[in-house]
Amino acid sequence: MQEIDIAVIGAGHAGCEASLASARLGKKTIMFTMSFESIAMMPCNPNIGGTSKGHLVKEIDALGGEMGKNIDKSYIQSKMLNTAKGPAVHSLRAQADKTKYMAEMKKVLESTDNLLIKQQEIVKIVVEDSKIVGVVTNTGIYYKCKAVVLASGTYIQSRCLTGETIERTGPNGLKTSQKISENLKELEIELRRFKTGTPPRVDGRSVDLTKMEPQYGDTNVVHFSFDTDKSQTNLNQIPCYLTYTNEQTHKIIKDNLSRSPLYSGVIEGTGPRYCPSIEDKIVRFSDKERHQIFLEPEGYNTNEMYVQGMSSSLPEDVQLQMLHSIKGLENVEVTRIGYAIEYDCINPLQLKHTLEFKHIDGLFSAGQINGSSGYEEAGAQGLVAGVNAALKIDNKPPFIIDRSEGYIGVLIDDLVTKGTNEPYRMLTSRAEYRLLLRQDNADLRLTEKGYNLGLISNERFEKFKVKRQQIDEEVTRLKKFFVGNSENIQAIITGKGSTPLKSGIALSELLKRKELDYHDFDKIDITRPKLSDDIIEQVIIELKYEGYISRQQKQVEQFKKLEKKIIPENIDYNKVHSLRTEAAQKLNQIRPVSIGQASRISGVSPADISVLIVYLEQLRGRKC
Amino acid sequence: MNDLDTIASISTAIGMGAIGIIRVSGDRAIEIVDKIFKTSSKKTLIDMSTHTIHYGHIVDQNNEVIDEVLVMLMKAPRTFTREDVVEINCHGGIVPMELILMNIIKNGARIAERGEFTKRAFLNGRIDLSQVEAVMDIIEAKTELSLKQAINQLEGKLTREIKKYQNELMNLIAKIEVSIDYPEYDDEDILIKDLAGEIKKIHQNLDQLLATSNNGKMIREGVKTAIVGKPNVGKSSLLNILLEENKAIVTDIAGTTRDVVEAYLNIDGIPFVLLDTAGIHETQDIVEQIGIDRSKKCIQEADLILVIIDSSEEITKEDINLINLTIDKNVICVLNKTDLEFKTYEENILEYNKSSKIVNISTKTSKGIDKLKIEMKNIFKSIEIAPNIAISNQRQKESLIKSIQSLDQAILALERELSVDYIAMDLHEAYGYLGMIAGEVLKEEIIDNLFERFCLGK
Repeated sequence: MQEIDIAVIGAGHAGCEASLASARLGKKTIMFTMSFESIAMMPCNPNIGGTSKGHLVKEIDALGGEMGKNIDKSYIQSKMLNTAKGPAVHSLRAQADKTKYMAEMKKVLESTDNLLIKQQEIVKIVVEDSKIVGVVTNTGIYYKCKAVVLASGTYIQSRCLTGETIERTGPNGLKTSQKISENLKELEIELRRFKTGTPPRVDGRSVDLTKMEPQYGDTNVVHFSFDTDKSQTNLNQIPCYLTYTNEQTHKIIKDNLSRSPLYSGVIEGTGPRYCPSIEDKIVRFSDKERHQIFLEPEGYNTNEMYVQGMSSSLPEDVQLQMLHSIKGLENVEVTRIGYAIEYDCINPLQLKHTLEFKHIDGLFSAGQINGSSGYEEAGAQGLVAGVNAALKIDNKPPFIIDRSEGYIGVLIDDLVTKGTNEPYRMLTSRAEYRLLLRQDNADLRLTEKGYNLGLISNERFEKFKVKRQQIDEEVTRLKKFFVGNSENIQAIITGKGSTPLKSGIALSELLKRKELDYHDFDKIDITRPKLSDDIIEQVIIELKYEGYISRQQKQVEQFKKLEKKIIPENIDYNKVHSLRTEAAQKLNQIRPVSIGQASRISGVSPADISVLIVYLEQLRGRKC
Repeated sequence: MNDLDTIASISTAIGMGAIGIIRVSGDRAIEIVDKIFKTSSKKTLIDMSTHTIHYGHIVDQNNEVIDEVLVMLMKAPRTFTREDVVEINCHGGIVPMELILMNIIKNGARIAERGEFTKRAFLNGRIDLSQVEAVMDIIEAKTELSLKQAINQLEGKLTREIKKYQNELMNLIAKIEVSIDYPEYDDEDILIKDLAGEIKKIHQNLDQLLATSNNGKMIREGVKTAIVGKPNVGKSSLLNILLEENKAIVTDIAGTTRDVVEAYLNIDGIPFVLLDTAGIHETQDIVEQIGIDRSKKCIQEADLILVIIDSSEEITKEDINLINLTIDKNVICVLNKTDLEFKTYEENILEYNKSSKIVNISTKTSKGIDKLKIEMKNIFKSIEIAPNIAISNQRQKESLIKSIQSLDQAILALERELSVDYIAMDLHEAYGYLGMIAGEVLKEEIIDNLFERFCLGK
């Protein structure tokens, strides 16, 4: 019998991050996958990042995770989205070479100490006295272990639907995992049925790109990893292409709705509202004349293109008709047909913030199995689960990022506190402290935490500390640097269309003006230190948005106060006799750690929270 | 959300007390008072040691003195609430107290709910509630009660109104959020064409709602009535006759009345709060100058103004000045001393304010007083018949003001060409404050009610 520390079930984006984190923290780890060829696979869209997801990847990177570095090695186009808006919502998105992404990740996994990959299906998680003791493979091999990270994605009891055709497979025709479902039920894990989908892929040679609008990447590329050097910029980026659906497309869909499993009632799972299939969009937004369709290459060494915006579970013949009605796709050849996939997932309300099940010691769960969707959401959870599994074995305090520290915190707190009734996608609007949680400052927010965990190297941390210090010093210097209303300065200011100065002013104040830029003062600010662009960027954001940032920081202070009001673990909500029954049930189920968390549970009213505060004070009073 | 921010309120009974105390408690109490408290030594409270008393002035944002005060500084934890506490001892009139309180609110505190200081003392472990079980029973009862109240309020006009504006705000927020989270659809129809216009529209509606708060307040707190006029015209005498007792000091020396005197008067069910003010005229006396500034403020804040003019003297520049100052207000011009020979007539007044109501009286003979009372009542008859109380309590009004301020900030941000994600923060704030009016976001209503009921002091 083999004995290990941590078994990770699944080798998708959650499984990869979990395995790397646990192995890097010195834990003997095996990552179990049903197919060596599908490690770090991207079965849906060929990109990493996008709004809020880009933030997640940068946070993963600041904490020593792999996703950011990996996409930096394998992108074919990179673009900063939302640049017309404020820095807080600038969002990095890169198109990936899917094959390269997988190969690069596999290379890293295979060269990581303490980590072994095995092509084995896990069919049983063995629990004794509510504590993890091991896992069993389909070949009957037992591995003794101290913790398990369940990261099985959409593979459990999955079935794919294209029109009338239903196949019991995982994504991309891969094998589904049938047996573990029963085992999870035996472990009193609540399972639910979710649904998601993917659009068709087409042969690029049959697409008339000249009829579409090319969408280019940025020339000045920002990387995901704070560790990736500018010199590693990919100079050979390739464009995506934009086209639109039209009335004809919509008519084809409407005429064939009865053949969609979504509308005929065959699909039982709950699909995401934010990522509707094309038939959904036509039905729900019937007054829209056209919808955007993006053609995205899936890599350098393939002709396949992803048809973003055409996610569908209509029958193959209908999908073909739809595609052929679109400008530029008149003669398109489909390589893979779009499908909907239904799968088992757990109810994340059963989890703690560490992603450990509340009722099973040592069993962690991460990724799509938790009811989320997206590679980035999965990766973030994988990292947190892997780290906490390792910390647990060492009897160290858990690692939790709160809502004011990162999108990762928002994501996990939402899942374990509010739960989700559809595949959960990260959105910037879910982050109430959005103006502080920027993609540009993910390193400032989290590198130190990553270093304290042991996932950030000394070298990187030293570099980071210099950066942090330089930012602080420059902000202080600019606040103390007074400029008079000399002709020189007035000329600079008026030259930029700004109102001239009446009296002396700190340069920091002057820089708050929208029309003025740091580099406008290159000539007069001669004592200025030589600083890199990313440092200047931080300084400018800190100054320009000072008012909003400090307002948001005050909100965070309020938030932290309630988070610090800890609820004792052994509290029996049935004994708090003034609580409404619904609230007591919810509280008993979720068992929030703090008043702050309790106040975010749906079904717990402000009045219930008041009752709880009084009850806790009463308890505390008795102890004294 | 309101849990432990800094709170303030007037701690003494509002009325005729010689001094009033305003108490501020919370993390930012000292910082906030420092912003409006000026000492001759220019020292700040934050640098002073705890449990000390300091002399100085409270000033408004234009650095104008509101009142001369003593400030008691008590730093945490040896205080009533176990938080930093500052108590401001000022003159007891309602106007200085309210002005000081408003300035504290403007600088970041919020008005304390009833019993909130006690609640904090309790929550911070300062007070021992020996009968907590009994307290819990009351909370239980209160839960049901507040549930009923919530249902009643749901059907209420105010809630419907607030919900409407919340919806309008939510529509704007949703559009902004979609444009942020789905930037690839930016070119399509989700962009808001005239965001500033939309925000201003909501702003205007909220302004109107705020204006109704005065009606509600008048019913609850009385019609604020300012009696103004040049010195020795008989303001205090009129006040005394109306109240039929000696409230204000009445002498023949011009400028005797230096404080605003407040008294309640009930005319056929309509409550009036009478404010007597120092005569508005040019003066060299600095102390009196403060009183005169207050009178001008009184005119601004009053619901009704009685301008007293001496009919036995020629109309003066000061009289005309007063008529002009009050031209857009609910105003009654009162010709006093009509027992003597007329030198100023009704026509002289109408020359300056064509629509002015005019009543002839004599404070000496009490002639015309009944007529004056009828006139006063008539102006506010409409309130009595149709009580359109929209915003009626201070907490609601405060939330509404803060909501409007957030919209102001949004408009300012748009003018500064900040991007929509910043505007979104302002709109979220405005939305949250509106929610507080409807009682949605107010977390601790129950505890508040509890302490209100127990009346454990403030």
